[in-house]
Amino acid sequence: MPQQRVVLKNCGVIDPKRIESFLENGGFKALSRARREMTPEQITNEIKASGLRGRGGAGFPCGIKWDGARTAPGDEKYVICNADEGEVGTFKDRYILEKDPFTLIEGILIAGHAIGARQGYIYLRAEYHYLLDHLQGAIDQAKQKGFLDGFRLEIREGAGAYICGEESALMDSIEGKRGEARYRPPFPTTAGLWGQPTIINNVETLMNIPSIVFNGAAWFSQIGTERSKGTKVFSVSGDVARPGVYEMVLGSPLRELVEELAMAKDVKMVQLGGATGRILPYDKLDTPLAFEAVLGAGAVTVYNQSRDVIDIVYRTMEFLAEESCGKCTPCRQGTEVMAEVLDKFHKGEGSLRELQNLEALSSAMMLSSLCGLGQAAPNAVMDSLQHFRHDYESRVAR
Amino acid sequence: MAGKGVITPRKDRAELVVRLQEAQQRYGHVPEEVMAALADSLNIPVHEVYGVASFYSFLTLRPLGRNVIRVCKSLPCYLKSAEMIMEAVQKELGIGLGETTPDGRFTFQLTNCIGLCEHAPAMLINQDPHLNLTPEKIKQILKSYQ
Repeated sequence: MPQQRVVLKNCGVIDPKRIESFLENGGFKALSRARREMTPEQITNEIKASGLRGRGGAGFPCGIKWDGARTAPGDEKYVICNADEGEVGTFKDRYILEKDPFTLIEGILIAGHAIGARQGYIYLRAEYHYLLDHLQGAIDQAKQKGFLDGFRLEIREGAGAYICGEESALMDSIEGKRGEARYRPPFPTTAGLWGQPTIINNVETLMNIPSIVFNGAAWFSQIGTERSKGTKVFSVSGDVARPGVYEMVLGSPLRELVEELAMAKDVKMVQLGGATGRILPYDKLDTPLAFEAVLGAGAVTVYNQSRDVIDIVYRTMEFLAEESCGKCTPCRQGTEVMAEVLDKFHKGEGSLRELQNLEALSSAMMLSSLCGLGQAAPNAVMDSLQHFRHDYESRVAR
Repeated sequence: MAGKGVITPRKDRAELVVRLQEAQQRYGHVPEEVMAALADSLNIPVHEVYGVASFYSFLTLRPLGRNVIRVCKSLPCYLKSAEMIMEAVQKELGIGLGETTPDGRFTFQLTNCIGLCEHAPAMLINQDPHLNLTPEKIKQILKSYQ
């Protein structure tokens, strides 16, 4: 059972412009149950028991996050939906926002009830501005039907910065600042937006909430593996015959997604999780898609045998160097230096010494960068050095 | 709780990015006078306003054309020959990367991943997505922007 629709169950089924269509398909029933029959603690317990982990890449247990914010003292609390989908090769949240904005709103409202928040934000990336009216329309309809009573839900638009998908940078951006990563602790659950307890969840994470509340944690935790419960939505692109969005049960093999569903042929490697993700060569295609193996935010970029590994890794690093916020030195300088060195190999002007330097620099960046961007930036370099070392060595200047 | 040692945050500051976005929309860039006025009205040092305005790639300090073309250069589009699209745009408009046509009609830029990878190669013109591009489609698409 590779494909199962939990997150995408309404996509293509309901009319995303009409709330009536959502209501006819059981919409807002989970919210009613949460508000009428469940205390905030019961909800966070249910989410904890479900085993749901964050779908934005980091995989943090959702129930623990919510419980942290629920129990934290604070005058105001906030729910933030991270719709700043900027990871290279990721477009699943765009698909979800287009096809089923109502389930997302329902998830946000349940989150608000669970942590005691009266205000929520959807942080929408600037590149998705064309979805703004559509999403606002869905919020307005939900408001008209009375589902937002006691809760303010606003959309905040990004202004073109990959780093704002990182939760602390995102909060700074909402606060009207440069989107730079914050030092932690304190964590958002105790001191987040404007210093108040805040939860930040990816679009897809929140999409799971109504189903869990409605069907129960036991139902949800049957799906997936021991440590990865539920499904994951993947964005597949690159050298495949059928690019697109696929929802798979966690633990399914990557091969099924890439070769059977997306119909890739002649695969050389797969980049899983975008620019900060991992590179898997063809012989690792049976790797399970799960937190205990590899996952990320679900970007699956497929490369066929005609592609040059160094070219791909160089372009990946160029992206990260451009998008580093610049606040901490290991990331700001490290990504720049790596891009320079990779450019040399790209041109056939590398040296063995620089190969060693790349490895040393990778560990320094992983250990000492302030946020996930710098910590994960060396992934493509390290993985390609492990699996395609010959490609580097053949580019050493003679 | 705001926590010990954390400076009490100012909520009105949140206006800043929103106002800068409005200026960008209205003037095609963020003029210096707008930055100065915002610094004044929000009681923020002007260098901080500049810091924010210069941080985000969709805010610009110098004037852009009436229509901004952003062709995606990230890997999923690159694999689908985005470079041919970039060439087609440059040839059609007779301008280079980052330049604006003399009549002020178009500015040509590249952008990182815009999340349209299953329809690669893709681009945004202003806020409109254009999908599954071919060099042949470019002329027709550009015609619709005045």
